[in-house]
Amino acid sequence: MANLKPGDEAIAFELPGVDDQHHALADYADKEAVALIFTCNHCPYAQAWEDRIVQTQADYADRGVQVIAINANDPEKYPDDSFPRMKERAQEKGFNFPYLFDESQEVARVYRAERTPEVFLFGKDGTLLYHGTVDDNYEDPGAVQNHYLRDALDAALADEESPVAQTRPIGCTIKWR
Amino acid sequence: MRVSFLFYEDCPSHDLALERLREVLDEKGIDANVEVVKVESEEQAQELRFVGSPTILLNGQDIAPPPPDSHYALTCRAYRREDGRISPLPSPDTIRRAIDAAEKAEPSDG
Repeated sequence: MANLKPGDEAIAFELPGVDDQHHALADYADKEAVALIFTCNHCPYAQAWEDRIVQTQADYADRGVQVIAINANDPEKYPDDSFPRMKERAQEKGFNFPYLFDESQEVARVYRAERTPEVFLFGKDGTLLYHGTVDDNYEDPGAVQNHYLRDALDAALADEESPVAQTRPIGCTIKWR
Repeated sequence: MRVSFLFYEDCPSHDLALERLREVLDEKGIDANVEVVKVESEEQAQELRFVGSPTILLNGQDIAPPPPDSHYALTCRAYRREDGRISPLPSPDTIRRAIDAAEKAEPSDG
């Protein structure tokens, strides 16, 4: 179960990204909303949703929305999730958002994230607006009935409550050391 | 036909994959007992040459043979769908094609 519930404050972090820069949550304090997504390279659920995450960033960027992806998996057990492989993946898939490596797994632990992908959406005031899965169909983007993340973003940008504030994250478990 | 279904419980779609397998077997009129194997340890994954969950074997052959350099682990498995998308589940068409191939490969009764 995640450490945060809707209304709770985001927990600060600073991590290295595939762009070789350090990224802190505070760097994005001017954004209307920040979608923090724990994800990874190897997990098929993460792969199934990643194009949709890229598209979400593209669609909402000019409205002040920032996606930040974090991989916390142990690369010793899952070499595809190593930092060099993250860089390759980000390039191959055209990630248009920071992709950060939580090598110590400390950020994933304090958020108590469990799955990849798992979304924590924060509003302009830094409080959690939505936590859970991206949408309700990992297999077929055309068959999605509930666009949880997009609906929560639309609500945040309209200064309204998320229609659904929590769903069960669906994906691989985070691979702890 | 021997049908085996291997899964790792942490991968959430295994029940849906098993349901999909049984539906395709029904559709094809194949009355097979599906041997369901829960893979619970890295050692067991090595022993069973388990490349991820779910894995479906027909007469011992993987329905989507993994590359020879695949490593065996308790992990979820990526399947490439007919349209190129990645999915955690084999599509019904992937299962159908594999069943057709397994049936052709079986020695005929006559």
